[in-house]
Amino acid sequence: MPRTLFDKIWETHHIADTAGGSALIAIDRIFLHERTGASALNSMAEAGRTVLDPARVFAVMDHIVDTRPGRGDGTLMQGGEGFITETRAACHAADITLFDVNDPDQGITHVISPELGIVLPGCTLIAPDSHTCTQGAFGALAWGIGSSEAEHAMVTGTLRVQKPKAMRVTFEGTLPAGVTAKDMILALLAQEGAGGGAGHVVEFAGEAVRALDMEARMTLCNMATEFAAFTGIIGVDQTTTDYLTGRRYAPDPLPDWSDLVSDEAAVFDREITIDASALRPMVSWGTSPGHAAPLGDPIPADADPGALTYIGLKAGQSVEGVPIDVAFIGSCTNSRLSDLRRAAALVKGRHVADTVKVALVVPGSSSVKRAAEAEGLDTIFTDAGFEWRQSGCSLCFYAGGESFPPGSRVISSTNRNFEGRQGPGIKTHIASPEVVAASALAGRIVAPEGDEG
Amino acid sequence: MTPFTTLTSLVAPLPRNNVDTDTIIPSREMRSTGKTGLADGLFAPWRYSDVDARVPNPDFVLNDPRFSSAKILSAGKNFGCGSSREHAVWALAEYGIRCVMAESFAPIFYQNCVRNGVLPVVLNKDVLAQIGGNEVTVDLPSQTVICDEKKYAFDLAAEAKTMLADGLDGIDLTLKHADTIAAWQVADRLARPYIYLGDSE
Repeated sequence: MPRTLFDKIWETHHIADTAGGSALIAIDRIFLHERTGASALNSMAEAGRTVLDPARVFAVMDHIVDTRPGRGDGTLMQGGEGFITETRAACHAADITLFDVNDPDQGITHVISPELGIVLPGCTLIAPDSHTCTQGAFGALAWGIGSSEAEHAMVTGTLRVQKPKAMRVTFEGTLPAGVTAKDMILALLAQEGAGGGAGHVVEFAGEAVRALDMEARMTLCNMATEFAAFTGIIGVDQTTTDYLTGRRYAPDPLPDWSDLVSDEAAVFDREITIDASALRPMVSWGTSPGHAAPLGDPIPADADPGALTYIGLKAGQSVEGVPIDVAFIGSCTNSRLSDLRRAAALVKGRHVADTVKVALVVPGSSSVKRAAEAEGLDTIFTDAGFEWRQSGCSLCFYAGGESFPPGSRVISSTNRNFEGRQGPGIKTHIASPEVVAASALAGRIVAPEGDEG
Repeated sequence: MTPFTTLTSLVAPLPRNNVDTDTIIPSREMRSTGKTGLADGLFAPWRYSDVDARVPNPDFVLNDPRFSSAKILSAGKNFGCGSSREHAVWALAEYGIRCVMAESFAPIFYQNCVRNGVLPVVLNKDVLAQIGGNEVTVDLPSQTVICDEKKYAFDLAAEAKTMLADGLDGIDLTLKHADTIAAWQVADRLARPYIYLGDSE
């Protein structure tokens, strides 16, 4: 019987059915970070339990760690240092591999796990972090869970899971120039709504997906959680194996993973097809990632009034041309080397508009930072008026420490435009790094020159 | 975990879609690695007109004296979307909310509820509109919500029901399968040796 990629991974990892109708699924990899990791590790230790196989559990400092130059354990967030020191102590006690504050491999979980070859095709990987779906780009079943489930997985090597349904989203045709994976996922969210993927593992397929490099595939899968999906996933191909070859924790030679694709005749519970050639640069107008539209299009007449009140825009108005105070390039969505290269190409030799109070570039990992610096991207950004930071999640969310100026309107390469996500009263518009870079230069939300907005 | 059987309470209506966990408990309100001390920060951006000074916003439902002791919250679609932070459920539970009713839930939040003795109930929009603001009884064994002598059934996976009803810890349940898990790993080590990173050290 033809099977989906999800079915194949599910069956490989299925240990037993439980009395309650769920399945006991083997977990191959667990990743923790300091925001939720110490909670899980401390709670586990208090219950007198231990990690079943510490060699398969990793942790990193990314969420609260400071991104300003010369950082240590201290943060501007009140109590932030405690998360870092407690996570460190708990990781050492549990004998877990930790990528610490100034480790050369430190970075955002979903950037470094692929860089190090920790996520592998066909594996199951969980983390107490909703954007774990990012790593589904590698043909892995990778999903976010809460702290209690992280504890469960560490102690038992398994999770109890109700089998989700399978959905396929096929992007046919080729993307126009200047349109990116970020625009693909925002277009899906705008079309189907933020709850559209509920209950499903969403496989991204089609010519436009096959054409994406691994970093762009990660951007696409990253926002499956914004679609309320169980996770996102992409079939394995040469692009996947080329990326993983020689990575530290990946096997050498790589095994044959060619079967880790959905069979041609596999049946999905739901299918959505999108014409990639008709997509345009997207930007969000409201307070849910589903509140997005092609740049230049009017905000829908039936737009959520509460969202418009918060964001300070009106139905029928276009987001294009709206002045911004802050530009932010970073996050597990768009902070990898290719993202930074494309943004740098736009800002090279130009300068951020005078009206923009803050312009930040936060590389997704220390390794991305070094690679970008070796190419001179840091100088391009700083010459253009951007701050160049150390890696971490930074101001993708406001943790109570570092903040944007009160009331700022932000153009952001991140994943969430929730009320208050980047700080109380902060208005966030999410878009591709290209749109963020172009908007930073213009001082208002615009598509890069040459693109039809 | 406190077992859940029946619960009678007013339903505090929060008729909004996409209520995210950043709003339920903002990152800046998660000040320690523990699971407690969170109730004060619950819904902080909406509950307080001045968050720092903790000035209550009279327009927020939980500040309405009628709902000050409500144990049930109702909302629209995709409740609990966004960050996986279990603190959202810890904050609700610590505040006293034992049941959330919504048109749909984000998946991680839903699981977090089940793991912490908070019952997630999916009901359709019309039913939620009818019961919002009223007193209801939630009966877990029969999976019904009773309001004004009308009964509304809700779906719940058998395992989630058992865990909530018995207040069970999932880890203890799973450890009963420890031998099966160990046997599975022996076979898997042969099929996929590269997964077991500790073996090569």
